[in-house]
Amino acid sequence: MPVESPFHPRTAPLCESYRWKEWAGRHAVCSFGTTVDPEYLALRHACGLIDVSPLFKYEVKGPDAAALLSWIWTRDVTRLAVGAVAYGCWCDEDGKVIDDGTVARLGPERYRMTAAEPSLRWLSRQARGFDATLRDESESVAALALQGPTSRGVLRELCGSEAADLEFFRGTRARAGGLELDVTRTGYTGDLGFELWVDATDAVELWDAAVAAGADHGLAPVGLDALDITRLEAGFLLAGVDYIGARDAIIPSQTSTPFELGLGWAVHLERGPFVGRDALRREARGRSRGRSRQALVGLVADWEAIEELHERHSLPPSLPTRAWRESVPVYAAGRQVGRATSGTWSPTLKQNLALATVEAGRSAVGTRLELETTVAYERHTVPATVVERPFFDPPRKKASSGAAAEEGA
Amino acid sequence: MARPYDAIIIGGGHNGLICAATLARAGRRVLVLERRHVLGGAAVSEEVFEGFTFSVCSYVVSLLRPWIIRDLDLARHGLRILPLDCSFSPLPDGRSLARWGDPERTRREIAAFSPADAEVYGEYGRTMMQMGRIVKPLIDAPAPRPTSLNPARLVEILGHARRLQALPRSLRTRFLQMMTMSAADFLDLWFESDVLKAPMSVSGIIGTYQGVRSPGTAYVLLHHYMGEIDGAFRAWGLAQGGTGAVSLAIAAAARAAGCEIRTEAPVERVLVRGGTARGVVLAGGEELYARTVVSGVDPRLTFLGLVGAEHLPAELCERMRHFKLRGSSGKVNLALDHLPEFTSRPGIGPHMHGDVAIAPSIEYLERAFDDAKYGEPSRRPYINVVIPSLSDPSVAPPGKHVMSCFVQYAPYHVNGGAETWPERRAAFGDTVLETLEEYMPGLTSAVLHRQVLTPWDLEQEFGLSEGNIFHGELSLDQLAFLRPAPGWAHYQTPVAGLWMCASGTHPGGGLMGAPGALAARAMLAEGSL
Ligand SMILES: Cc1cc2nc3c(=O)[nH]c(=O)nc-3n(C[C@H](O)[C@H](O)[C@H](O)COP(=O)(O)OP(=O)(O)OC[C@H]3O[C@@H](n4cnc5c(N)ncnc54)[C@H](O)[C@@H]3O)c2cc1C
Repeated sequence: MPVESPFHPRTAPLCESYRWKEWAGRHAVCSFGTTVDPEYLALRHACGLIDVSPLFKYEVKGPDAAALLSWIWTRDVTRLAVGAVAYGCWCDEDGKVIDDGTVARLGPERYRMTAAEPSLRWLSRQARGFDATLRDESESVAALALQGPTSRGVLRELCGSEAADLEFFRGTRARAGGLELDVTRTGYTGDLGFELWVDATDAVELWDAAVAAGADHGLAPVGLDALDITRLEAGFLLAGVDYIGARDAIIPSQTSTPFELGLGWAVHLERGPFVGRDALRREARGRSRGRSRQALVGLVADWEAIEELHERHSLPPSLPTRAWRESVPVYAAGRQVGRATSGTWSPTLKQNLALATVEAGRSAVGTRLELETTVAYERHTVPATVVERPFFDPPRKKASSGAAAEEGA
Repeated sequence: MARPYDAIIIGGGHNGLICAATLARAGRRVLVLERRHVLGGAAVSEEVFEGFTFSVCSYVVSLLRPWIIRDLDLARHGLRILPLDCSFSPLPDGRSLARWGDPERTRREIAAFSPADAEVYGEYGRTMMQMGRIVKPLIDAPAPRPTSLNPARLVEILGHARRLQALPRSLRTRFLQMMTMSAADFLDLWFESDVLKAPMSVSGIIGTYQGVRSPGTAYVLLHHYMGEIDGAFRAWGLAQGGTGAVSLAIAAAARAAGCEIRTEAPVERVLVRGGTARGVVLAGGEELYARTVVSGVDPRLTFLGLVGAEHLPAELCERMRHFKLRGSSGKVNLALDHLPEFTSRPGIGPHMHGDVAIAPSIEYLERAFDDAKYGEPSRRPYINVVIPSLSDPSVAPPGKHVMSCFVQYAPYHVNGGAETWPERRAAFGDTVLETLEEYMPGLTSAVLHRQVLTPWDLEQEFGLSEGNIFHGELSLDQLAFLRPAPGWAHYQTPVAGLWMCASGTHPGGGLMGAPGALAARAMLAEGSL
């Protein structure tokens, strides 16, 4: 049975919809209200406050902390400056992705790594021989995501300018009233936004302070349904949905390499040994000769075709109000070439988006595929096109504080 | 002499811009000439007071055709629509009704006034949706030509007839009722509670000089329902950055396709030689030439103002003189220091994020019309309020708010003459505030600045003849193949090379974009361009 998150005393009374789900053993709100729209809008046009405490969090400390993380991660973490954050993934010996997350360098010898799946045992085994200590902070550290175009204004009121003026993927220690916390300019919405990391015992106090600071900035508590729509617009993968971690796979064909997931940019091959390096080098060589199995792509379904299908049944076109994650076959010329693993209607782009894993030969931008869909109990396909990810990428996401793009786009 | 343009568009309203973008994307050399310093016409955002951006005229986006959003790639050009989830009606006696996106919640709210109405509300919505399906193809395609013997056209009309025929008998009856009845009578067939009927009936009278009990207004209910039946897009919403953002996104799409746009370029007249439009003359005397001239202003201004009766058949001039423009609404935009609460529902809650209708009863609305009928602004008008700053903080400084109030009736032909409106402007603004104050005490003292637009101002500043917000009432005698005039409902005019593309043409007014896009398609199909 799930347990309560540190923010539960605040989120529970606000959750008018009574819609909860389990996230990593915690009760998590799907949406506070009965409709998701207002929460989605808060994220894209004002500011949303999301309890992301259920993320798994590990502190890695000591002289060899960077070396240990570099050994585990596909990225060379020794290059990470103090105050910097990186996104990456980690693999097994066969170069198959286990999980993905971020690493933040909080001090010269202190890092925080996040994960979607519990990873302590695996980390501890990898840590043998390194002069580094691991601490599971999953329960002791609570986390809040503050996301959206006005999040900087909220943070300025909450923690002052140093935190508010952080560059993209940077972090700092900060104070909010009497509280101490870590602030990173990161998030899962693909927008301007921050994440706040605080002692679980201070969680409620931080929530109250954030809500007060947000009063004039349109801040609203937001649940996971709206977050899911924004993460799809941002083209971000979800472990366990868009790919299966190597340790959870039952058969080898369920696993993926970072290259297949489009995370090749986060693989640093030209360096000392790390878990999976040799397998990844072999794969990289194979790929340069045009040998690769599958690729994760972004798809946009043709709206006209969807409308026409409904018209045939004399139905008005209807759209899901939430993101979906039941995988759906993808075809090319009538033959199945892959699967769409999650998708959503994008209220901003007015498009039906999906993430799909397809045969590598069918993954070039512009490729026309067909997506299975059901209308009036009948199975059909609608044409869809492979497009660049992110689907939605506002300039304010990376813009410096004070840049004109902040409130626009 | 400079190389003539393929097309010159008079007026940078959203229809003119859509027409321009569509032509430019088809490879044509296009110039848009806008009289004002900003683009958008009635769909415009302006920072009227420092830090406060108003949707000066049009304030909700409900009818904008989704296929236009996709065809012109407006999301990529910056268009963001924020759906409205609630319609709130406060009552003077302290009760209130809110209708939500969530049907259960709406049902409970309505049941507090009438359990029967709560039950039938969903059925009404479905019926309107089904009827909307008959009308929708009409607004997404050129008007049918009832007099044409062209077999292709006949098939088209038969197609519409067949859709009607395919409806169950009960729906067909409803449809015919709707085409002839008044909005209030039509709603009486369904509902008993005034509190529900009043705010529902107003979409039958928006922009018209008619009351909710005037026959023919029921059809307009459906016209406005189109935005909502396109639920797929939940298109009933606010544009981020104000309504003008819609026009700016369209302008960006037009420019990206190579279209030239000039502001502060008022057209004085259309150059007509030998019965053919050759270009335009600007106010300063500058002449610009084009193979096609497209008017994005209203039909009366086009024909009687810019072309001139001497180039037109007398019959058309006559029709234009009688074309029902008779503006009946005004707009008050407020910059607020803080947001007061509604007495009937305290707190700054989600009920304030949607639109708020001051329409407590059918009688209230009919009385509002009574005043207007005899040449006075309503003593207690219908007011439609939105507070965009609640969902779009970019339009006001933190903690401050923008409140947009659409007001009806404010008859253009006010006693003493339309030109006396400037003297009445302040009183008109006061009436609006006094009315709102009855529901939201403390509003007046929260006002930092106000902008009051009377129908006279709409004509003078925005070029809307008689201040009509739709370039002509959306009454049945002025719609489809009768818009703007019989025989000239397909964007062409009696002057060769002169076309029309704005709200005065089929399918009509509102921030819909269909006239502009359909006109451009017609020009391209005709082949002279
Ligand atoms: C107060 C108000 C509130 C409204 N609210 C809504 C609403 O909430 N929702 C909705 O859907 N619709 C609303 N409408 C209606 C809607 O805004 C209009 O129907 C629509 O914007 C008209 O667009 P258009 O392009 O056809 O014409 P316009 O927007 O009228 O464009 C005509 C353009 O031509 C320019 N022009 C005029 N004369 C000349 C000249 N001689 N030379 C060059 N340029 C010239 C004008 O400046 C203007 O830019 C509202 C209208 C008003 C006035």
